[in-house]
Amino acid sequence: MTGDGARRDGANPAGRDDAAIRTVGLTRTFRGRRQEKAVEALRDVDLVVGRGECFGLLGPNGAGKSTLIKILTTLLLPTSGHASVAGYDVARHPLEVRRKINLVSGGDSSGYGILTVRETLHLFARFYGVPGDEARRRASMLMEMTRLSEKADTRLSSLSTGMKQKLNFARGFMSDPEIIFLDEPTLGLDVEAARDIRAFIAGWVRERPERTVLLTTHYMIEADELCGRVAFIDRGRILALDSPHALKRIVPSEPLFELQVGAGATGFELLREIVGIRSLAHHTHPGTGAIELRVIVDEDQTIGEVLGRLKSLGHPVLHLRKMEPTLETVFIHVVGRGLSDEEPVLTEAPAER
Amino acid sequence: MSPERDTSFGAVVRMNLGAVLARARVRVVASWRETSWVIGETVFPFLTMAAFVLVYRGLKAPPMYEAFVVVGGAMIAYWNNVLWSMASQFFWEKEQGQLQLYLITPVSRMSILLGMALGGMAMTTSRAIAILAGGSLLFHVPIPSDRALPAFGLFLLTLAAVYALGMILSSLFLLWGREAWHTATLFQEPIYLASGFYFPVRELGPLAGGLAALLPITLGLDGIRQILYGEAAHGFVPLAWIPPIQVGLLILFLYLAHRALATMERLGKEEGRLTLRGA
Repeated sequence: MTGDGARRDGANPAGRDDAAIRTVGLTRTFRGRRQEKAVEALRDVDLVVGRGECFGLLGPNGAGKSTLIKILTTLLLPTSGHASVAGYDVARHPLEVRRKINLVSGGDSSGYGILTVRETLHLFARFYGVPGDEARRRASMLMEMTRLSEKADTRLSSLSTGMKQKLNFARGFMSDPEIIFLDEPTLGLDVEAARDIRAFIAGWVRERPERTVLLTTHYMIEADELCGRVAFIDRGRILALDSPHALKRIVPSEPLFELQVGAGATGFELLREIVGIRSLAHHTHPGTGAIELRVIVDEDQTIGEVLGRLKSLGHPVLHLRKMEPTLETVFIHVVGRGLSDEEPVLTEAPAER
Repeated sequence: MSPERDTSFGAVVRMNLGAVLARARVRVVASWRETSWVIGETVFPFLTMAAFVLVYRGLKAPPMYEAFVVVGGAMIAYWNNVLWSMASQFFWEKEQGQLQLYLITPVSRMSILLGMALGGMAMTTSRAIAILAGGSLLFHVPIPSDRALPAFGLFLLTLAAVYALGMILSSLFLLWGREAWHTATLFQEPIYLASGFYFPVRELGPLAGGLAALLPITLGLDGIRQILYGEAAHGFVPLAWIPPIQVGLLILFLYLAHRALATMERLGKEEGRLTLRGA
């Protein structure tokens, strides 16, 4: 172990850490001003994110995601443990870290209402020493990719909230960072704007294989679509870490089918008599009136019997789909609650009082 | 491969100079785009100054007092700018979630503060000139042109020291938390009195005047009036002492501003308050 915390672990012979991000036993405790009970926001977090990765960090509110990002972006000191970014210890060499990174926090806007979109991007480019010509080129490119070109000369005070968020997002890329931290980048955006942002991130990662993205999000589909690896974090601990595909294999494989039959169909209680059905639920589609059934079976073959029984009841199946496990279901399985749940979901029926 | 950033001394200096100018430009642009600011920072101080001139006329005070008021009225614009757009700025930035964007940049925080200060000076100078010109034309207050150059030199030195004080206050206001608005108000009226904006500071007496003279704006105003109007200015601190004291204050304030920034950042990183809104 050398005296330089930035090169403690995983240093290659050239002396630079191969990992884009590395944390070892990272812990952060917050104490109130009146010495109230301490809150442990991060507990002994070990994490390695390789260069060129798009890494997702998923967890509910208060899980520790933003605390981790603040430590990694030099805004907060760890209580114990170490963190390095781009090979530099965040506590000892913050300036070196800052040269390599940028941060976008969703829901925030950047700049001043009095400035235009273009002026705002130029302002932040200056803080990273980006020369004027290069700043103009990047600003044009980013405004085009975030569909802000038409608003280039509009003051921020006249932009919608979504446009301000897109500008904040573009601002994060003006320095062409080696490592970018995206903290809920699509939070509160409409569907189309969120899709634009996701497409931009995917393109940025594809075109710059050496660049690293650390993404925190509430939206599982976002992590599934963009990230090569994903970590679940809850109450300050990393609970699972793998590729989305591998994580989905964690969930016990009980085949889940979704079926749709015509409006007005009844008699589904009879389906429960079929051996191999573990669970059955149905509801009426609010738009079409069609009945949608969700059936969990022991084995795939059982669904054939379900189809036969529905046919005999006079309810031809309009639509059949086998549901794959999603990151959401994996998250619930691992963490014991959904991203928006405050408390763990019950896995057993509560006892009667 | 990702490009290595140029970290040579020259590149770092260029980056920080660029940051100073970029941050200053925001202020300059803002000063002309927002009509309400132009009115608020020019017309209102002008009205206050006019009221004092009329009061002195009503009391049949020596005409020199009208000159005190006009010169003081011009300097008030700077103190207001230091309080509301300099000292409070980091606090507003934090509340908007923007402070963290500055803190993660590789430029020195002093460059950002310096940019704010230079931009503030440029922004306010137009107001001060309007007040000075309007006051001297409307109330026929003489500005001796042969003494304008040394007065301007001391004025620049005073501005540098005043804005350096503003740089210290910006960190302190942030550390004092959510009461920045009230803190600014707390610093406003007492300083109006202590600085002698509308009267010679000698009238405060040796003790209160001596304490007030620790403020660079008091000292500067006293000196500028002495340069312009000589004995009639009722000077408090000997004129020869004022420039070296201002230089000393400037150096001291810049050093303290640097220390206050470092302390603010250290505490913020330890306690997590720099990015926490409403804290």
